[in-house]
Amino acid sequence: MAPVKYLKSTDLKSWLGELAQENRVFAPRYEGDAVIFAPFDPEQEIFIKYAATAPPKKTVFPQSEKLVDFMYSKDPEDLSRILIEAKEVLPQGTAIVFGGRPCDVRGFTMFDRVYMSEEATDIYYKARRDNTSFITLACDSTENTCFCHWVNSSPSDPTGSDILAVPVTGGLLLKAVSDRGESLLTSKLLSEGESKRDEAEKVIKEVADSLDQAPDLAQAPKKLLEVFDNIEFWEEVSAKCLSCGACTYLCPTCYCFNITDETQGMKGSRIRSWDNCMSALFTMEASGHNPRPTKAHRLKNRVGHKFSYYPDLHDGVISCCGCGRCIKSCPAGVDIREIVLKAIAFEPTVTEG
Amino acid sequence: MKFQKELKDSIRKALPELDVVIGWCGSFDPLHATPHFIRREEDIDKLEIGPLSVHNLATYLPGLRSKKVGIVVKGCDSRSVIELLQEKLIDRENVTIFGFPCTGVVDQAKIKKALGHVGNVQSCDISDKSVVVVVGDQAHSLKLSEMLADKCHSCRYPDAIISDYFVGDKIGDAVPAKADYEALETFEKLSIPERFGYWLKELDRCIRCYACRNACPLCVCRDHCAAESRDPHWLSQENNVRDKLMFQVIHAYHLAGRCTECGECQRACPVDIPVLMLKQQMNKEIRDIFKYEAGVDPEATPPLLSFKMEEENITEKDW
Repeated sequence: MAPVKYLKSTDLKSWLGELAQENRVFAPRYEGDAVIFAPFDPEQEIFIKYAATAPPKKTVFPQSEKLVDFMYSKDPEDLSRILIEAKEVLPQGTAIVFGGRPCDVRGFTMFDRVYMSEEATDIYYKARRDNTSFITLACDSTENTCFCHWVNSSPSDPTGSDILAVPVTGGLLLKAVSDRGESLLTSKLLSEGESKRDEAEKVIKEVADSLDQAPDLAQAPKKLLEVFDNIEFWEEVSAKCLSCGACTYLCPTCYCFNITDETQGMKGSRIRSWDNCMSALFTMEASGHNPRPTKAHRLKNRVGHKFSYYPDLHDGVISCCGCGRCIKSCPAGVDIREIVLKAIAFEPTVTEG
Repeated sequence: MKFQKELKDSIRKALPELDVVIGWCGSFDPLHATPHFIRREEDIDKLEIGPLSVHNLATYLPGLRSKKVGIVVKGCDSRSVIELLQEKLIDRENVTIFGFPCTGVVDQAKIKKALGHVGNVQSCDISDKSVVVVVGDQAHSLKLSEMLADKCHSCRYPDAIISDYFVGDKIGDAVPAKADYEALETFEKLSIPERFGYWLKELDRCIRCYACRNACPLCVCRDHCAAESRDPHWLSQENNVRDKLMFQVIHAYHLAGRCTECGECQRACPVDIPVLMLKQQMNKEIRDIFKYEAGVDPEATPPLLSFKMEEENITEKDW
């Protein structure tokens, strides 16, 4: 059985401080009225009572990252020739992300199937992914917008994590999920946790029991394809959508990006930055044609990708982790659960003749 | 709300001539409402108006210009409709306006701050004086006046300024509880480096989702925004605070004298950045220089959309 260790709440910062000696450590904290993941700072309070406003997506998939630095210069022998020197910039070092929730961390497994597949590997993603460990907090309460149990997960799902931390009286019970996780449990601040195991199991069970019955989404991939060409359906469900990127950028499973060259004078960088399918420019073609000209087309893609196209390509796995941020942070209250259920329930009107 | 039935009756009467009527209905939890698009008779029953009707539905009007649209407006929302009419971004004959006397809407961010957490709200009852929210089996009673949006405290237009149907009794001229720019004036007392430092800190967490822009009823460049344009290349796509601030400055400049301070930019921000203040600063200057208030007179022209050889309060010759 994997070792379990107990960490007193009062020792949390000291422990993270120890881990920060050799790793970049990220932990959730208040910035203004939002809780975001930021580099660990012993001077600032960590906030882990509830899920963060934004997930730790950026720790492995930054909002923007340099891929290549480049510099133009003139050939002194032939001034009409412009030379370009380019240098790849690969992420360095190891990182530990503390305080993500099971949904947040499981989100990265959706990235893995795309960025670290047998056919292709994204070296930038892989460099961070391989060098980042996750100490994940099991949830001891749920929110109205939580639906991890709809998408084959749970408030204590360890998928993608290295250590699962369960809140128990006075602290956290830390369970190693991977070998890498086990190697992080050597600090003298940690004590034997075997006696807390039952309490942790109870916390996990109580939260799981508090969730209502999840609907069956098995038909979602097929039903979403059936309504693909039904523009009226998508116009209705997207009517209130503002077509902004809040849902996408707060989504632990949205992995689309843009690549731009940002040049100043003779120097510049090729960067990769978050992009989102709710933006009109996302599918704008050089010809001026846009295959997704309206928000109805765009929201269809967002829902379809997660609940139909991705599962069809990846053994039925739904590319949504059920964290609910897209619902609670949507300025217009668009609810992805409602849209998926509407598509599943949709019956085309039968016309006689 | 007592005039909810009257409103539903008016909508029922007008709906056959309209493609859609936009109002509000219940949302994912009892603390939130969501925009409600009424297309069929049976959709009318779900309509709910009250202190949770926070969204400014005028945002949807330019996108529905080719349709016959009905819209339910609070007093402040009606100012956005007026501004859109002034700028000929919507057509009066295609818009049917339903007004009601608004007694204020809540600011969910304040409720969240007061309670610490609103993830599992079970019920929310709002009376004239209080907001009673049950979260995780515990009831919390908050003073409604403290939970109202800031704009409601300085509101002078509780009744829709323009409407085709008005339900309920008009409140009439309201005496604002607070001066227009109280918070801004406190902020202005800080030194420039302090103010700049404030914005760098606040905007650092911006995720560049542009919810602020898309929720804005007067951000009408829509798919041709400087934020993403590569040519001209005003902003880089890097995650640096300089570009984030630059966008906010562009946004504020574009809205100077047009912004009705509905606050949708700030309400929409998923990471709670107080971006409305930048627009208030511009509007305060406009008010002082041009004696102009946006969105109150459909016949007026916003000052920066017009040109005068001699401005009354800009004395260039004396410079």
